[in-house]
Amino acid sequence: MIRLERRPAPSKSWTYLAPLLAVAATMIAGAIMFALLGKDPVLAIKTIFWDPVFSPQFGSYSRPQLLIKAGPLILIAIGLSLGFRAGIWNIGAEGQYIMGALAGAGLALALYPMELPVLLPLMVLAGALGGWAWAMIPGLLRTMFNTNEILVSLLLVYVAEQILSAAAVGFLRNPEGGGFPGSRNLQSYPSAHNAEIIANTGIHWGVVAALIAVIAAYVLLQRHILGFHIKLAGEAPRAAKLAGVNPARLILFCMGVSGALAGMAGLFEVAGPAGKISIDFGAGYGFTAIIVAFLGRLHPVGILLAGLLMALTYIGGELAQLMLSLPAAAIQAFQGMLLFFLLAFDVFSHYRLRIATGRAA
Amino acid sequence: MDISLINLIPLLMAASTPILLAGLGELVVEKSGVLNLGVEGMMITGAITGFMAAVATGSPTLGFLGGAAGGAALALVFGALTQGLMSNQVATGLALTLFGLGLSALLGQAFVGLKPPVTPDLPIPGLSQLPVIGPMFFDHDLMVYFSLFAVAAVWAFLRYSRPGLILRAVGENHAAAHALGYKVTRIRLMAILFGGAMAGLGGAYLSLVRVPQWTEGMTAGAGWIALALVVFAAWRPFPLLIGAYLFGGITVLQLNMQAAGVNVPVELLSMSPYLVTILVLVVMSAAGAAAGAPGSLGRPFHASR
Repeated sequence: MIRLERRPAPSKSWTYLAPLLAVAATMIAGAIMFALLGKDPVLAIKTIFWDPVFSPQFGSYSRPQLLIKAGPLILIAIGLSLGFRAGIWNIGAEGQYIMGALAGAGLALALYPMELPVLLPLMVLAGALGGWAWAMIPGLLRTMFNTNEILVSLLLVYVAEQILSAAAVGFLRNPEGGGFPGSRNLQSYPSAHNAEIIANTGIHWGVVAALIAVIAAYVLLQRHILGFHIKLAGEAPRAAKLAGVNPARLILFCMGVSGALAGMAGLFEVAGPAGKISIDFGAGYGFTAIIVAFLGRLHPVGILLAGLLMALTYIGGELAQLMLSLPAAAIQAFQGMLLFFLLAFDVFSHYRLRIATGRAA
Repeated sequence: MDISLINLIPLLMAASTPILLAGLGELVVEKSGVLNLGVEGMMITGAITGFMAAVATGSPTLGFLGGAAGGAALALVFGALTQGLMSNQVATGLALTLFGLGLSALLGQAFVGLKPPVTPDLPIPGLSQLPVIGPMFFDHDLMVYFSLFAVAAVWAFLRYSRPGLILRAVGENHAAAHALGYKVTRIRLMAILFGGAMAGLGGAYLSLVRVPQWTEGMTAGAGWIALALVVFAAWRPFPLLIGAYLFGGITVLQLNMQAAGVNVPVELLSMSPYLVTILVLVVMSAAGAAAGAPGSLGRPFHASR
């Protein structure tokens, strides 16, 4: 008889091992999936995980792309991880990302074509505010009426998508765009352009912001009383209550920070790599960031690594689409599988396997 | 435009059927103490597996069975992870949705633009001949009748049957149910499979009847609305029916208004079902509906010896 026995404390080594095993298992399961699709599995895995970084042919293009994709993922996931640690589930980051982009781009488009040296910082602020405000809706509803924040934050994604399409075809449409949907391109508006800081590296202000967020979250969780309260509320809610942690404040803080970071990510994207508000601006970063947060063990450094890995699957996936005509959906399923395997392997950090010999007493 | 009741009611019933089926399944799952946030993923998987089965066999009935099987298969993954490996239910449910969206898009590639076999209407002899209420209530396809039957069946099962009582006991207090000798994990697994099959049926209804064709991401949040409905209904089947028809009504009304070119922004109309869902959630939670939640909802269970 094989049975599971609860560990007195989570195993340290399994906490590190589980994500690695999950990645390995996903590669194997993914290879099987690709083989079923009639593709060479080894070549597919190599194209996704190896070629974007090391291929002499594509590397120079895709290495900067890696940071461009990882930036928003890490920025959003850092914010989400704070709430997830405290048992506060903001899963509507996609909506906050969109609203942040709309707020920041809206500001820039309102001032167009005025050149203003502080415009980009102001836009970042507006983006953060937009995301923050959108996240405050589920936050306040939770604290005031005890409304489930999971459902409200998620449902607001669909509302934000409608506002996005209204903006793209209506109030933010480029008046000189010949009636096509989409706003002016911020890349050709120097004050508003979130350009690369060092050419051909992919490093723009959003990537810098992501790194700052990683460090700030690390300090917050390790050194600050608020970080301690977040961890306490998640792991021992009763103890947190007795220690005088104010749950409403914690909810508003976690929702607010995750919303603001998601909003900033949206702004950096619209002012940089995307360039403009368009109907398909929301690319699912807000949802993939959930996988990144879990894969990174809700730990800032883990999230940094997980964000890079997830960005790799995005770029490798695009490459595989191009080279092997692997369907885009296969990568999406692949990323979902990764989270499954991680959750499955996680059992061993909390339980140990016991193989009972002979008769169980 | 013809926004008359005779036209709206049948449309409303058809529009509500997917969320009604999925919500009913989730209601049973939550009654057993499990929170499965993967409804959206199971629905979309059911939508494509049902569509594939219907196109391959030419039979809508087999299509619906295929949809149920697809939803249940995905639910099995959720069950294995949360019940077998004690994973976090919120995270696993989210993973299910993300995976389901990807998997369905992958499976559906060859099916974009195809037409499924037509699901015939089954007018009930006699009743459907009645003036006004005949065409309104008694001239529907099989699944609409089935969804209504399922509401009554789930209600009777939970309220009057012994297995229903055990299921509720497991959901209210799994430690006590375990102490009484009930197989908590097994009962929950069966509830999860039922929930998956119902979500799959709801998804298949979307792709086979409502739309009817396959497009990526076609559930567009229906699974999340179904989840909200369960809270709205305070975990009771008949209020769930009312809630589903309410949202079906809003959906139909806003679609008709869009088609009629009413002077309201299209985006505002399209977001109205989500806004109303949020509004209703707020009203219900302010009224204390969460107090009706099963006691062990979302808490993992591990029998220690």
